[in-house]
Formats: sequence, structure tokens, C-alpha cells
Amino acid sequence: MAGKTLKTLEEVTIRFAGDSGDGMQLTGTQFTNTTAILGNDLSTLPDFPAEIRAPQGTLFGVSGFQIHFGSTEINTPGDSCDVLVAMNAAALKVNLGSLVDGGVIIVNTDGFNDKNLKLASYQNNPLKDSSLSKYQVFEVDISKLTALALQDLGLSSKLVDRSKNFFALGLMYWLYNRPMDSTLDWLKKKFGNKPEILEANTRVLKAGWNYGETTEMFAVRYEVSPAKLTPGKYRNITGNQATAWGLMAAAKKAKLDLFLGSYPITPASDILHELSMYKQFGVKTFQAEDEIAGITSAIGASFGGALGVTTTSGPGVALKGEALGLAVMVELPLVVCNIQRGGPSTGLPTKTEQADLLQALYGRNGEAPIPIVAAATPADCFQMVFEASRIALKYMTPVFFLSDGYLGNGSEPWLIPDYNSMPDISAKFRTEAEGFLPYLRDEATLSRPWAVPGTPGLEHRIGGLEKQNITGNVNYEPANHELMIKLRAEKIERITNDIPLAEVEGDKEGDILVVGWGSTYGAIRTAVTRHREKGNSVSHLHLRYLNPLPKNLGEVLYKFKHVLVPELNLGQLVKVLRAKYLVPAIGFNKVQGLPFKAIEIEKKIDEIVKG
Amino acid sequence: MTTQVEDLISKTQPPQQKYTAKDFQSDQDVRWCPGCGDYSILAQTQRVMPDLGIPRHQMVFISGIGCSSRFPYYMNTYGFHSIHGRAPAVASGLKLARPDLSVWVVTGDGDGFSIGGNHIIHLMRRNLDINVLLFNNQIYGLTKGQYSPTSETGKVTKSTPYGSIDYPFNPASLCLGASATFVARTLDRDPKHMQAILKRAADHKGTSFVEIYQNCNVFNDGAFFQFTEKETKEDSVVFIEHGKPLVFGKEKDKGIRLNGFTPEVVSLKDGKFSVNDLLVHDEKDTTLSFILADMTYKPHLPRPVGIFLAIDRPVYEEEMVRQIQFAKQKRGEGDMSKLLNSGETWVVQ
Repeated sequence: MAGKTLKTLEEVTIRFAGDSGDGMQLTGTQFTNTTAILGNDLSTLPDFPAEIRAPQGTLFGVSGFQIHFGSTEINTPGDSCDVLVAMNAAALKVNLGSLVDGGVIIVNTDGFNDKNLKLASYQNNPLKDSSLSKYQVFEVDISKLTALALQDLGLSSKLVDRSKNFFALGLMYWLYNRPMDSTLDWLKKKFGNKPEILEANTRVLKAGWNYGETTEMFAVRYEVSPAKLTPGKYRNITGNQATAWGLMAAAKKAKLDLFLGSYPITPASDILHELSMYKQFGVKTFQAEDEIAGITSAIGASFGGALGVTTTSGPGVALKGEALGLAVMVELPLVVCNIQRGGPSTGLPTKTEQADLLQALYGRNGEAPIPIVAAATPADCFQMVFEASRIALKYMTPVFFLSDGYLGNGSEPWLIPDYNSMPDISAKFRTEAEGFLPYLRDEATLSRPWAVPGTPGLEHRIGGLEKQNITGNVNYEPANHELMIKLRAEKIERITNDIPLAEVEGDKEGDILVVGWGSTYGAIRTAVTRHREKGNSVSHLHLRYLNPLPKNLGEVLYKFKHVLVPELNLGQLVKVLRAKYLVPAIGFNKVQGLPFKAIEIEKKIDEIVKG
Repeated sequence: MTTQVEDLISKTQPPQQKYTAKDFQSDQDVRWCPGCGDYSILAQTQRVMPDLGIPRHQMVFISGIGCSSRFPYYMNTYGFHSIHGRAPAVASGLKLARPDLSVWVVTGDGDGFSIGGNHIIHLMRRNLDINVLLFNNQIYGLTKGQYSPTSETGKVTKSTPYGSIDYPFNPASLCLGASATFVARTLDRDPKHMQAILKRAADHKGTSFVEIYQNCNVFNDGAFFQFTEKETKEDSVVFIEHGKPLVFGKEKDKGIRLNGFTPEVVSLKDGKFSVNDLLVHDEKDTTLSFILADMTYKPHLPRPVGIFLAIDRPVYEEEMVRQIQFAKQKRGEGDMSKLLNSGETWVVQ
């Protein structure tokens, strides 16, 4: 390390970008795991094309992975990146806009040949003209160096080319002073039975590291100290993994089998994949023939006494609408996970959006109220889907759990919860025949008994036709219909007694309250914190229970002069708040398939501060 | 730790009493139109149930939407009147969650083969141990008289005033094409035959599909009279039975012979052919099942009624349970606390 300076940074954002076949997601994930183990706080955002293998070298085939890490609290994957690793010309072109002025670019020069330049629509080679003069550009022929490191192994050129992401990873490990151990261990586990690939990737990773160490190119290395996180045992977790685990924990804590009926859909499929791995937990996963069979099989399983779950995204929820109404009518527990993506229609499958809130609230025929909870961060998915399950079981109702592509694919360090101290959420089956009536309700919760087939003496019939109060027999009488509509609404409303009060982060009264829900948490928190540091009277309220809303919400809102509601839609929560509480809340909206940048919200708050 | 369902199953003793058909009648008034073929199907089902040796509380009837789908309300078992076309999916979820239950799907030609066509075919190929009863009346009854996916071409209905230009499905062929393991056809006006078929369907391990020709006396009266009424039945229907030659006709004087792969009617009277020349039914023969089912809608051939196919194939829910047990053996019973703490973790002091 002679001659190299070590510089300490508080936080840094790195973006790995390359062709969708270049392994950028893997590179990013490995860098993330190593960084997490070092004790940095972090947040990540994968950004991949909708096409599985888009034509090589094209602009629409670029795949990226951004990681923001630091020794301070990190709430977002970073508004812009400080370092861009670009494996080809297209990756540079697509991502240059997100690089800060003066930022670092590390390019693989081999990805800038005439063909690459043409595919990326560059007239001139940006490495040769002065267009990158405001950045610090490091040109490395990663492809050639990788090939050199592997020349005596006799591997195919395709295999050699596939290893080059590990060179970039090794170099970045060196530059940011991270050990290679965790990736080396991972390689051993992954390729233990493919010694050639193990050897190749190990060599290339080390070659990348050594390149940084020996070349004169890099005069400075960086260090990012561990963050001050709450003491305890941590792991890294994505939103979709946390969702799967939260569901498993809920089923165990309810002494039920978990049944997932699901049809593959981006960006929710990873939950199906994850749950399919845990058969030893008794998890039953059923890849149904379509979205409707996904939810109706889950309803059938719930009828049989399982915790029925279906996972999907917006287009799938649209197809499940009628079955959601059925679940409302037959009053069976059901958890519906919507990992939102850009809409309408097929929309932007791999991009994030929050435009399905009103769909969750109202997207059914008839008066069909369904409770809604929403996770704020990737790890929060665990807690909130557990909550969704608890509410579904206790109130015998379908419940929406809202996440989105950004949360589902994003990851963060997670203080591992103590499973044993999590609450028992079992809803007891009705077994007593004496006095049993299918729609005789619990006085406190208004939930009906869960009488599962196989119980002697409780034979009964349920269905989608209107029920007579108490007996559950088919009934078309006008007054009974209105009574049942009101009972079902009242049951959902009573959940307000069973959820936490709305709690403001910051002062409980003042000039501006920023109200958010879902994945905007990190960006809002960062923006509000910056304003508070400037001495402005700005507070943050993040809603995790969206139907019913916390019972003190009105009082909380009325204590602020301005209510600002940033959302990745054209203003859905803001409509609800204005209608319900008659507050002049204003929306701040973005629908680009991308999360908010903290700076965008910070500026919007500025506008209000300045009047 | 056992689940609540495991507790329930372990504590439940099957009642010792012997059931009668009456035990399967619910307290609800049956509301089908007087004279509807559904009454016979309900009666035969209730008659067969006591012979199955399954406690009433372990039976579940699941339906979609339509006249036939009111069926579960009239059975004194567990029942679920779900939404249009989706009964096979609801039933699949229930059967996967509860392999211990006897699960029945009741559907109609519109419910099962129009709006629910997708679910029917996937149920067949998966082969869950579920019994499907199709009430085929070749018309939409509950919506008051539109043509259905099994209505004949040219049918004049409210929605086809110039005659239907659709070609009808043959449900038996469709299910065979979807790799069903048990496919049968019976008649609402032949109680004995229906009871025998229902019993066989119930005993079959895997999905059993029973098409029942059912008269809708309001919107499609007499659609099957050629096959069900005394005057014409014996010359218009060939009852197929395992191991028996295909003989039919009032005088048992006609038979079905295979000419290559093509079935043809031959006379047993003129001395040219004898019973020994006739096609002998083998319900384990998938190829033959396609040939027999394909006789349907061919005006020069009698309508085949009986069991087309009854073969064994692994049952979906048993395979699912087997994988779960395998995973438990290999990895041990899942431990949530261990899982949360597995993989790469680190401690912040």
C-alpha cells in the first residue's frame, strides 16, 4: 500500500452497471453482503431491464445495482451516485446522469469498441473526447486483464468473459478497503462442485484486488467506518425475503399451515420462490394456473383451516377482484400481498410505483371493505406482513399487504427479531356444536367463528350470496342486506382499536407535516431530517396502517399548518386524507417508475417553508 | 408443535352410525324449477353417500355459479358456493390444505367449460383426488336461456336469434385431452346407472370427472330425450362397460366394431358379424378412451355412456405431502428462530 492515501468517508454511493448478462446484480449483492458484515448502514436498489437477456450492448439491456452505505444512518439507496462502474458504453450512457459532478467513473475499456459505441448511439468515443472532463475517469481493460488471469486454465472465451464482473468487484473491494473473505466463502459454497469456475472466479476477484494494489492509477483508497446501529445481531434482507419469512412466522405463531396460491408475476415471484424452499416448515406452495386460481385456492385452503395467502402485483390484483369480494362475503382469513409496480395495464413490470392504494381500498364491486397495511422499508415487510396475518385471523377477513418493487428487491441490514418473543396470533377453530351458527359474531371483534370441515356437528354452507345475519343462510331481504353491509364495515372499522396510534417523528405540532406511506419512508426521512437540521419546523408521519387509519390521525394532522403528502402516484393517499379529515393536504407526486430522491422532497418542503 | 388442523384430525372420531340418504339432506328448501333434472342428481348423490363410508363432516361440496351450483346448499355436509367458474381452484386449495377430506366439485356447462375452462383442464392434469360432477344441460339456465359452450351449432336462443355459430365442446374429450385419469358420462333419467358411476367416481383415486346429461325443462327441454327416453334410448345409446363388447339396440342386435381407428355400427343379425367382432371396452386404455369419447356428436353413431377411462397416476396432494416429508427428513423440522439467524449475520456491539 506504499504511496496510497487512505481517506475516510461518511457515506458513499456506488452504482455497478453493465449488460444484463454481465452479472451486475450478483456483483452488487456480493458487495452489499460484505459491506453489511463490516457494520455499515446501507440501502440498495437493483435496476434491471424487463427483458431477460436483451441484445448485448444495447441501451435497453443495461442492468444496474446501486448501493448507498455509510457510517451514518442510511435511509435511501442514494439520490445520485459517487462512483459509477460501467462495463460498456451503453452502461455509461444510461447511468451518467445519476453521477455527481466530480464523481468517479471506472470503465471497462473493452466495452467501448466500435460496435459498443454504435449500439450506445455514441458518435465519438466518450473516453477519447472531452465529454467526461468533469469526472475522474479510470480506464481499465477489465476484459483483457481477466483473460490474462485465466489464460492457463483453458476455459472457453464465454466462461472467461463471464468472470469479468469479479474483477470489477475485486477492484472495488480494494478501493473501499473491504475484505474478500465473504465472497470467497460464497464462491466455495456456490461452485464447490465446479472447481474450474471456482478457480476462475477466485483468481479474477483477487486479480481485481491486486490490480488496485499495484497499479499507479489509484492514488487514494477509501474507508467507511461502521455505523452506530442498535446493538444486536444483524443480517441483510430484501423486502421479498422478509415478506416470505414474515408469513412463515405468522403461520407458526398461529399454529396453522401456510398455504400460498400464486401465479408468477414481476416483482412478486421471489416470494413464491422463497416460500417454495421451506417445505420442512410445512409450507405448501401452489403455482396456480392463473391469478384467479391463485387467490381462490388460497380461499379454499383458508376454509380448510390454513393461513391462505396469495402474492401478486397490480395486474394480478385486478384479476383477483371478484374473489376478494368472495373472501369479504364468506369472512375467511386471507393475506393478499401486492408488490406494486408501474401501471396501468402491464405498465412497467420491473419499475416501482405506489399507484394501487385506491385499487386496494375500492377495487371491488359492492361495499367490500378490506384492511390494508403497508411496509415502509425492506425489512419492515417482515413485521407488516405478520400484522396483516394477525388481523386476517383475528377479524376473519382478507387483508392487503402492500409492498412495491423498490422494497421487494431492495435490501437493508436488519436487526434480527427474537422469534420466541413474538406474539401468539392463533385464531382458535370453533369445535363446539352446541349453539353454533356460522355468522354468530364475536361481540368485541364482530368476527364470525372459523368452523373448518372435518369438525363433527358443524356442517354448514357458505358462499358469495348475501347471508342472513347470524344463520348465514342465503337471504335477499332489503333490511338484512343493509345490516350485513354495515356489520362488515363495522368489523373492519373496529380494527382501529387494535392498531398503534399514529406517531409523528419530530415535533408533534408545527408548520409542516410530511405524511407518507410505503417505500417513500427513507427519502422522506432524509429530507425531513435535513430540514430539521436547518431549524425548520418540519415533522414526518409514516402510515403503515392505511385501512382503517389510526384513530388519532385527525388530531395529529390538525396540529400542523401544512400537510404534504409525497406519493409515487398522482395523489391517492392525499385524496383519502382530504376526504376523511377535511384537511387542505397537498400532494407531491412522481410517477416515473423510480423512487423519490430525498433532494426532490427536500426542495418541495423548501417551497412550502418559503411560502 | 402440532397445528390446529392436526389437533382436530387426531381428536375427531368418525361417528359409528350408519347413514341413510336422509342424513345428507340439508334443512334448506330446494329451489330448482319443478321437473328439473337436478333433482334426480341430488337424490342419487344422497343415495350413494351412505355407501362411501365417509363421515358426513369430512365431506365438502364446492360449486361455482349457475343452477347446478346451488347443489351444496342442499347437502348436509360442508359446502362452499363460490364464484363463477372457480370451484375447481377453491377445491384444489382445500384439498391441498386438507388431504383428509372428501372433496366434490359441482359445476355446469357454462360454469365449468366457459368461464371456468382453464381451471377444469388444470385440475385434470394435476390429478388431485377430487370428484367433479358436470351437470350438462347445453344451455344457460340461471341467466335465462343463452346458448352454452356445449350447445349444438345452429341453436336458436335469446343470444343467438339466427342460430349459434359456435361449435360445441365435448366435455369428455376435452377432459381426456387434459390428461384426466377418470372420465365418465351418465344420464339424469337413469338413476341406477348414475348411482353406479358416482360410486366408481368416489372410489377413484385422483380427479374423477362425471358428465351428467341433465334436462333443463324450462330453457332446453328434451335436449337429451333421444338418449334418455324409453322409445329411443336403446337404439341411440351404447353403454360402455369394462371388458364387455359394445352391444346396443332394443334387441341387442347392433354393435360397434373398429375399422382401423374408426368405430362403425354393425348389425349382429345379418350373419356378417358376431359379438366376437365387436370392440371390447378397456377402461385402462387411454387411446381407446379418445376413440370412444369422439363418437359423441356423430349422428350415425350411438352416444357412448359409461366410464371412458379409469387409470392410476400419482395424486397431486400426495406428491406434495411426500415432498414436505422428504424435506423434513432431510433438513429436520423447520425452526423459525434458526432460519432467521441463518446465513451471513454479524453482531453490532
